Amino acid sequence: MPKINLSHFEAAFLFALFASVVLGITTKKNNKDRLNYGAYCFGCFMLALFGIGWAMKLGHG
Amino acid sequence: MAVTTTVASAPEASDKPQVNWILLVIAAWLIPGAGHLLLKKTGRAALLFASVVLMFLFGLFMRGMMFTPEKGVDYLTSLINYGGFLCDFAAGGLYLLSAMFGYSQPDVPGAVHDYGAKFLVTAGLLNILAMVDTWEIATGKKD
Repeated sequence: MPKINLSHFEAAFLFALFASVVLGITTKKNNKDRLNYGAYCFGCFMLALFGIGWAMKLGHG
Repeated sequence: MAVTTTVASAPEASDKPQVNWILLVIAAWLIPGAGHLLLKKTGRAALLFASVVLMFLFGLFMRGMMFTPEKGVDYLTSLINYGGFLCDFAAGGLYLLSAMFGYSQPDVPGAVHDYGAKFLVTAGLLNILAMVDTWEIATGKKD
């Protein structure tokens, strides 16, 4: 079985992508809302990723 | 005076095809997206299948730990072990196959292993969402 080493960003990006697709599909009732909500979730994941990342960097000195 | 009665609405309920939602949910558990596929929601089925399977495979490739239902040294550890096992198990056929082929990664320190364990757990949780969605569609609560 292959072994892969992803960086923090790559792993978090993939996590956000897959989770957003499923959240979009399962929570909304039409395709437009699904696409919008999936994109919204992905944006929130990315915002949290960069926001918390910078907060940790700045907080750590 | 004429008395009018309406009895036309009764046959409408039986017009809908009856589906066995239990079998559909079991199919959705075994193969991610299978419930949607059986309900003729092909596009959604493909996206769910790809998302859950890829997340699980990335978890395996990152050598994520698979939780086992065992008692820990304290209550919180036991909760994590049992909860983690339930989430891993929710991935259905993917979990069964990986257990059948002897995948057993011990808990080792490292960011990649840690991400792997989270990917495996989240694949199961996302599959639960897909199963609930299957149930909602099968019972007519959602299109």
